[in-house]
Amino acid sequence: MEEKKILKNKMPDVSEFKEEILKKYPVKVAKKRAKAIVLNDPDAVPEIQANVRTVPGIITQRGCTYAGCKGVILGPTRDVINITHGPIGCGFYSWLTRRNQTETKNDDEANFMTYCFSTDMQDSNVVFGGEQKLAQAIREAYEMFKPHSISVFSTCPIGLIGDDVHAVSRDMKKELGINVFGFSCEGYRGVSQSAGHHIANNKIFTDVIGIDQEQKRVGKHQVNLMGEYNIGGDSFVIENYFKEMGIDLLATFSGNSTIESYESAQNADVNMVMCHRSINYIAEMMEKKYGIPWFKINFIGANATAKSLRKLAEYFDDKELIEATEKLIKREMAQVKEVYDRIRPKVEGKRAMMFVGGSRAHHYQELFNELGIETLSAGYEFGHRDDYEGRRVIPSIKIDADTRNIEDITVSKSDEEFKPQLQMRKEELVAKGFSFENYEGMMPEMKKNALVIDDISHWETEKLIEMLKPDLFCAGIKEKYVVQKMGVPMKQLHSYDYGGPYAGFEGAINFALEMERMLTTNIWKMIDAPWKNEPSIMGSMVYQ
Amino acid sequence: MLLRHTTAKEYKREALTINPAKTCQPIGAMYAALGVHGCLPHSHGSQGCCSYHRSTLTRHYKEPVMAATSSFTEGASVFGGQANLLSGLDNIFNVYEPDIVAVHSTCLSETIGDDLGQIVSNARDKGKVPEAKHVVYASTPSYVGSHVTGYANMLKGIMNYFPENTGKKIDQLNIISGWIEPSDMREVKRLADLMGINTVLFPDTSGVLDAPMTGKAKMYPDGGTTIPEMISMGDSLHTIALGEMGSRDAATELDNKCKVKFSMRELPIGLRATDRFIKALRRYGKVSVPEEIDNERGQLIDAITDMHQYFYGKRVALFGDPDQLVPLTQFLTDIGMKPVYIVSGTPGKIVKPLIDKALDGRVPEAKFMNGERADMFQLHQWIKQEPVDLLIGNTYGKYIARDEGIPFVRHGFPILDRIGHSYFPSVGYMGGLRLLEKMLDVLMDKYDATCSESKFELVM
Repeated sequence: MEEKKILKNKMPDVSEFKEEILKKYPVKVAKKRAKAIVLNDPDAVPEIQANVRTVPGIITQRGCTYAGCKGVILGPTRDVINITHGPIGCGFYSWLTRRNQTETKNDDEANFMTYCFSTDMQDSNVVFGGEQKLAQAIREAYEMFKPHSISVFSTCPIGLIGDDVHAVSRDMKKELGINVFGFSCEGYRGVSQSAGHHIANNKIFTDVIGIDQEQKRVGKHQVNLMGEYNIGGDSFVIENYFKEMGIDLLATFSGNSTIESYESAQNADVNMVMCHRSINYIAEMMEKKYGIPWFKINFIGANATAKSLRKLAEYFDDKELIEATEKLIKREMAQVKEVYDRIRPKVEGKRAMMFVGGSRAHHYQELFNELGIETLSAGYEFGHRDDYEGRRVIPSIKIDADTRNIEDITVSKSDEEFKPQLQMRKEELVAKGFSFENYEGMMPEMKKNALVIDDISHWETEKLIEMLKPDLFCAGIKEKYVVQKMGVPMKQLHSYDYGGPYAGFEGAINFALEMERMLTTNIWKMIDAPWKNEPSIMGSMVYQ
Repeated sequence: MLLRHTTAKEYKREALTINPAKTCQPIGAMYAALGVHGCLPHSHGSQGCCSYHRSTLTRHYKEPVMAATSSFTEGASVFGGQANLLSGLDNIFNVYEPDIVAVHSTCLSETIGDDLGQIVSNARDKGKVPEAKHVVYASTPSYVGSHVTGYANMLKGIMNYFPENTGKKIDQLNIISGWIEPSDMREVKRLADLMGINTVLFPDTSGVLDAPMTGKAKMYPDGGTTIPEMISMGDSLHTIALGEMGSRDAATELDNKCKVKFSMRELPIGLRATDRFIKALRRYGKVSVPEEIDNERGQLIDAITDMHQYFYGKRVALFGDPDQLVPLTQFLTDIGMKPVYIVSGTPGKIVKPLIDKALDGRVPEAKFMNGERADMFQLHQWIKQEPVDLLIGNTYGKYIARDEGIPFVRHGFPILDRIGHSYFPSVGYMGGLRLLEKMLDVLMDKYDATCSESKFELVM
């Protein structure tokens, strides 16, 4: 394919890409995919189709509701026994595969994350029902391990055979005297992992948050961090900053976390939301019930981290806190600058693409911007329109049958526990221009004519790489080796390729070093054997 | 401690599986289908299955793993998945242009009663399958058997479709293999080549899941058993089926369909199982064993005698798939080790007698368990009760190994935390040699890392 024309803002001209891609699809598929591939305009953000069904047979990278619920949201929490109710596979594949790190003070503290618990349903359970087996499994888990709580995750067959995991959980809660709660997170419930996030959010809100009603004040500034999963140790980095600043982190949803910490998380003065897609529901519901304001932060990128920490300090408006924050930022930024100054010239102008998550494809653009790496194209695997276009479009999002399948719970204000002073604080700050419950989305921050593609298919990925020949491609494990076979370095942004942490200032340094490694290695230039372009040897010489 | 809640005390469990030593059928069906050239596996269920299987296979092989899915949502789950599969096939043939689509079911599509045979024949009637293109299928409910069962079912499904008995025999042998690595498949072919026998190996993931870097992504890599090869299997002289659980059903299917008799052998892991494989090749290929193979065997024996003092009497715990465990157990016992704990989540009444035969009464204290609740938690409890010197199994074993300070050899599926394993075989005499080296290395590494300085020695 010929080199693409370069537009004024240095972006390649990709106006023909869409047409070329869609040509290959049957008409109905082409019509559908056309709405999910848009050319960005940050000043007049176009509408993108998102959070709709993937067309069968069009190879997608998306997972299922169970993966979003058990794998993503509850996976990183260590003091709960997560029982997968179903055949063995789902429990097996979600066992330790997401790199959620966790840390206990000592071995006396519970950590069940290294274990996989399953009812391992057999055909007789599918035929005659699995409720008894589930109840028995919960009993056995309790008898053996005496956990703080037990949760149950439904896999596809559960809803179909009519097992009532909620009734079983209620009964067992009564019988055992510990919290037992179930999730109707059957894989088919939604169009992607995203449905599972929502289902997990709902249940954690109704069955866990606030069950410890005692008012707690452990420090001056109490916060929850939401939508940070401690992949590769990201949460550890952020936790250290909070500690240094004098911020008391009550709970992280859900990196390095415990169910116990969720139970009193309503004592927070503010909620900070990192991954908007996976956790905004809890933040919203907590504000409604308890009056806790929330705002969006991002700890991916040094500038983004500084901005987020400053925002937090500004919220509390405490001189000591602001000073500690500035001191931390100044010290850390100096280190980041030293590394950036050395690495930026080597990677500046390189061109990246990223198709990952419901937030990461946005967050990592911060890091790329700081290093001078251009984002040619990006998209989410399971994002919604608000993650692309900003929360202002929420009222205009069409609610389809798939979304309607997911329970939207009604939350009302708790007269006893609502904190009017926090809402007053919010109003004061809003008057000063502080932005709450807002997420601007990815597209306003991307360049004009950047290609934004939702739920990119394998076919589109291959064509995109062929056409634009990026210097770096970021996605997940399923794409990794396809991309690399094409001679393009690939960075996993779900699992970080077993590296990290990439959050905070420390993470920015790690990521810059990783970019230096990936974008300066010569190995990609050695793919062709040295003799490949030489003429074949026709004769031979014989020395006597 | 990573597994800090595991204690030596055993509780009676009737319902709860903890740390499984198996996974579900569809992933096996996907792996089997990848061993067919030009074939795209298709998962008929919700997206998560396909995503999980592709991820796990990719993490193990560090190679692209392509597969499509019927992307069930609630509607399909209520009204049946026929519409999803029909449009799925249409899209796949249009966009990804495979020669073959290998459809496997999932617990979801099985529970709602989707009949793959009927849907596929409907797809043909409705013109969703282009001419000269093929759709094969296998029923692989996740609530029956294990990943090994799914592998066997997909092989059976393919054998039901392609082979033809033309009435004219071809001078070739079929080798139907249980679940082994691409490198192992390469080694099986190399041994057959050394013997001078024409063979068709089915399936064959070499050249698919260990393909070279060329700067081009091939949706369908060069490897895999081809359609003409599979058709010709119906005219072969004989079939050698390797691994009871993985290959018997396919060999039986081929025999029923095309009257090609078969002989069962174990996977050729270790000295005597490889001997039996070579003898089978010799017998059914009507050839004599070349000197190269004698030499390789001699090298393996030589290494065993050199290493024997370090292995003798060592207690070993192993977990994995029956087809691997059976010859491995015999091999370990042959080199003087004691496989004391053997666990497989894969069910099957036939496994215990096979393990007993492999042990041949030489390790009376050996404990064996398979099927439901034969899991790594059980294995760990046994280890807590009486320790072992060596642990062999997939990556999940590393948690036990670290907690208990046991030298650990990664073997089986999946290996998620090391790169390179998929290039080197563990079958054949050379594979045996590699296993020996790996085991001795970890035993010696532990000694060197933990012995007192006065006992630390240069020469061993």
